[in-house]
Amino acid sequence: MVENVRELLRAHENLKHEVYLDHENSSIVPPEVIEAMLPYYAEKGYGNPTLTHKPGWEAFETIMESAHKIAGCLGCGAVEEVNFVPGETEANNLALLGTISIMKSKGKTIVISEIEPLSVLHVAEMIQRNGFTLIKIPVDGEGFLNLEHLKEVVDKSTVLASFSSVNNEIGTIEPIKEALEIVKDKNPETIFHTDASDAFGRTPLNVQDLNVDLATVSSYKIQGPRGIGALYVKEGVSVERILEGQVGTQKLWPGVENTPLIAGFASASELAFENFEQNLNRMRRMRDKLIDGVTQRVPRVRLNGPRGERRVADNVNLSFMQCEGEALTIELSLSGVYVSSGSACTRRLLQPSHVLVAIGRKHEEAHGSILMKVTRYHTEEDINYALEVVPKAVERIRGIVGSTKVE
Amino acid sequence: MSRIPLPYNPKILELFKNPKNLGKMEDASVSAVAGNPSCGDMITFYLKISDRHVIEKASFESYGCAANIATSSIVTEMVKGLTLEEAWGISWKKVTEAVGGLPSVKFHCGILAVGALKRAIRKYLKQKGLSPSWVQSEPSFEEKQALEEEELGKLLLKRMKAGAEGEGQC
Repeated sequence: MVENVRELLRAHENLKHEVYLDHENSSIVPPEVIEAMLPYYAEKGYGNPTLTHKPGWEAFETIMESAHKIAGCLGCGAVEEVNFVPGETEANNLALLGTISIMKSKGKTIVISEIEPLSVLHVAEMIQRNGFTLIKIPVDGEGFLNLEHLKEVVDKSTVLASFSSVNNEIGTIEPIKEALEIVKDKNPETIFHTDASDAFGRTPLNVQDLNVDLATVSSYKIQGPRGIGALYVKEGVSVERILEGQVGTQKLWPGVENTPLIAGFASASELAFENFEQNLNRMRRMRDKLIDGVTQRVPRVRLNGPRGERRVADNVNLSFMQCEGEALTIELSLSGVYVSSGSACTRRLLQPSHVLVAIGRKHEEAHGSILMKVTRYHTEEDINYALEVVPKAVERIRGIVGSTKVE
Repeated sequence: MSRIPLPYNPKILELFKNPKNLGKMEDASVSAVAGNPSCGDMITFYLKISDRHVIEKASFESYGCAANIATSSIVTEMVKGLTLEEAWGISWKKVTEAVGGLPSVKFHCGILAVGALKRAIRKYLKQKGLSPSWVQSEPSFEEKQALEEEELGKLLLKRMKAGAEGEGQC
């Protein structure tokens, strides 16, 4: 198996340019962030922050300072509202399961949307299997929540509502404030969670203004290191731990704190919010250059999600008709352009993305979809290279499909 | 939905990059399709068969992943020069072996490729009004699997259209 992968890697030797656009699934960490992390492995702060020695106190100081920085970026009221966890998946599990165990005596209904990420969707379905009613709010063709439907379903039995601020696959900036007002108007006791992983650093998100109870943020989605994220828990809101063990500075997540990753997350947050508007404009420019460039160069392609201001600054999601997604990702990789496809192979069938299905895309549109995310680090040259490679790759894969009628 | 690592071997990569016998065959004696867009894989097979029931050439077109392309490609090479009876004896296991092995989630790609081949042979025999003893009336393993996969695809499509909850347990 590993030998196969070594061969696959050898097939990538002599690439003239490489452009990583798969920031949905992992990220390049810029040197300044790595630099911010390195001291905490061997120089200082390598101790356990709950222990009574210098390396421990150094770790404590760093964790608190990092929480303070992230709290500032998120617009928190207090630094204690930032709870570090290993990532978006863990934060969403904690938000949903940790709320349910406290609220289960008050009601048995939870509300999410049809297009939540799997770490919300699958957890909600697990809660449903344990006797709760799960309501999934539909979305329109661009992925916007149907607020009228939400108004109809929330009632006194609704204990939890969870909606992403920005959809991770198609970049729809959701009307979260309106959704929250509807939910709280119907039932002020409902806990409102938002997965803000795709909004943080790319929309003017402020958790206090938004007035959500819980919010998930992830480090790698803002070019921080993988393996770290946070759950914002508004002061006064209770969440129960879902893991037990040695609890230290992080009351909701036991285990030894990962100080270097926390420092890296804080550094990435600061960088994302430094020249925020400028960064955003740059990302929007790259995004639109990619969308417009591909749609002009390639026939039979369709953008998934909204255009312009209602789309998050970094997201590009395109469906290529008569073109299979996995084959396209490999073809692009061999030319040094790294993207992901919306479908994934399970035992027998290719499962289309539930998000693309929810916005009404046909299976072949979902199977031929490619997700790309730009960052403030991408250059015009990167995008130009992608625009040179993508049309050729699509053409070759379509050539293999030939006259086979895919519809 | 989960993602599974796909460490394709060099043979598959090579056939993905340079598939053999690719494209529609204008003078084909018979063609057959297996799979559908809902199951994510679709193969068209074309065979040129001589009067003496020898496969003179074979070609394919594929809407599918690298494993699908590679297995389809290798089947077209394997059957060239074989009699229909010999070609009928090709199993998905032989095809999987010929491409140097497949990740288990991709076994169905090889099965589908052989399914398309056997469908084409069966269709040809029917066209000619032949029913040789080496071909059974009930579908072969690969034909059965292809049919099952197509049914699963249709079911998935129906379920999604109905807005049913959860993902298809396929």
